[in-house]
Amino acid sequence: MSVQQNYRTGATLAGYNFAFLDEQTKRMLRRAILKAVAIPGYQVPFGSREMPLPYGWGTGGMQVTAAVIGSKDVLKVIDQGADDTTNAVSIRRFFVRMTNVATTEKTRAATLIQTRHRVPEIPLSEGQILVYQVPIPEPLRWLEPRETETRKMHALSEYGVMHVKLYEDIAQHGHISTAYDYPVVVNGRYLMRCSPIPKFDTPKLNMNPALQLFGAGREKRIYAVPPYTEVKPLDFEDHPFEVERWPESCALCGAGDSFLDEVILDDKGSRMFVCSDTDYCGERREAGHTGRMSAPYKAEAAE
Amino acid sequence: MTNLDQTPLLSVEALNKSFGRQAACRDVSFELWPGEVLGIVGESGSGKSTLLNAIAGRLSVDSGKVLYRTGGNDIIDLAAASEAQRRHLMRTEWGFVQQHARDGLRMTFSAGANIGERLMALGQKHYGSLRDTALDWLQAVEIAPDRIDDLPRTFSGGMQQRLQIARNLVTRPRIVLMDEPTGGLDVSVQARLLDLIRRLVQEHNVACIVVTHDLGVARLLAHRLMVMRRGQVVEAGLTDQLLDDPQHAYTQLLVSSVLSV
Repeated sequence: MSVQQNYRTGATLAGYNFAFLDEQTKRMLRRAILKAVAIPGYQVPFGSREMPLPYGWGTGGMQVTAAVIGSKDVLKVIDQGADDTTNAVSIRRFFVRMTNVATTEKTRAATLIQTRHRVPEIPLSEGQILVYQVPIPEPLRWLEPRETETRKMHALSEYGVMHVKLYEDIAQHGHISTAYDYPVVVNGRYLMRCSPIPKFDTPKLNMNPALQLFGAGREKRIYAVPPYTEVKPLDFEDHPFEVERWPESCALCGAGDSFLDEVILDDKGSRMFVCSDTDYCGERREAGHTGRMSAPYKAEAAE
Repeated sequence: MTNLDQTPLLSVEALNKSFGRQAACRDVSFELWPGEVLGIVGESGSGKSTLLNAIAGRLSVDSGKVLYRTGGNDIIDLAAASEAQRRHLMRTEWGFVQQHARDGLRMTFSAGANIGERLMALGQKHYGSLRDTALDWLQAVEIAPDRIDDLPRTFSGGMQQRLQIARNLVTRPRIVLMDEPTGGLDVSVQARLLDLIRRLVQEHNVACIVVTHDLGVARLLAHRLMVMRRGQVVEAGLTDQLLDDPQHAYTQLLVSSVLSV
């Protein structure tokens, strides 16, 4: 049977187990995930497998997804908020071939969402699982190169040095300039890297009803934020945590409450800001919202 | 010296440490009183630095006790204390000044961040007050306040060493251990640093253990001296007494071998 036929007939690829990984590997992953959920924010080591994708392209997230996916799941894959970028498309296609599950671009319809670098704008609900792809799980890595030492620091909650980094931000730039991968304390105990999501998304982790799982393939670590867990960003009393703001709202849907990408339009300095979450932007446009640049196009179409 | 209490701040009892067959410290015992500066002198390889590292808990000891009287007047044996307790003490009530400033500093963070680190580790989370403290300490160690946001690598060797001292003293430790604090600095910088250490030690009433091979440094800084050779303490006593009237043959050799100009 060729791959193409498989795709059409709905059977998964011959010779491969459901969701690519063998059952023993999935069992090992699930044990690591259970431990991670039991100790929020704690990095659980696991035996990372080689995936048909290079390290750094989401192998950790894919292994976590493969371990938790079931045949009735509805999968959504996003990359920088978009459903149609290379990484998202290839990972979604991989899981369709390997599991034949239904896929969606709708945040509300998905039961399982694998993400790279964003949390969807539409609030998640109970029963949903959000899987993050993590490049470097250790928040103390650039401050302390020794793994033995960082583990000790986690064990003894010695997190003062993380504030040294934020101090340095303010000293050099006048404000906390860390814009992504913002350090947070989970459940009042473990310091955690929330993968390279913009700090705009950091507050969404707090008390989220969905289960959030983090997988780092190259670094061989899994960690988790269970539903309704407190996630607190680090800050100073006189320099509180703040999220980014934009001078404009989305040029297509007019949203003023979403994370915006800046798009350069020509070499004369014109630019537009547009929602990074394509599903959110699309849903708003369907509902009739318009932005600065969408109105004239619609008018043209009507003529 | 003031404030001498009835019990010593630190008492080391029969400390032994060996590396394989090589005994680095043999039956070392001594006491350190509040506000006192104890010098440890001896040739290289005599076990001075090993002793210092063992006291600081950086090395595990083979046998013996390191009894420390904490700020809350509890006596704890550091050789048997939990790592968590030891590390906490090292960040608060103890300081360690390394011979090479770059071992004791965070070279990629500014001077202000280096001074503030211990305070932040203790939970201080007000940027403004951290900065004020850093400015005060820069002044105390004679570094221009406008260097607060500069990286230590832009500092001279002497400045780096002074920054390291400020970084340690910021939590007002009760004991500071110094491993060759003036090593590798030229003579005029050494003299200035020695003056500074003397002044700070007096002002803040900290007890110090200073390891050095330089008898001149020992003479200037230390109230009391211990002479080590092959892991053993061969002679101990008041600095002036010991240097002016050495009793042990090795101390005599050490004193007579100092070059005078």
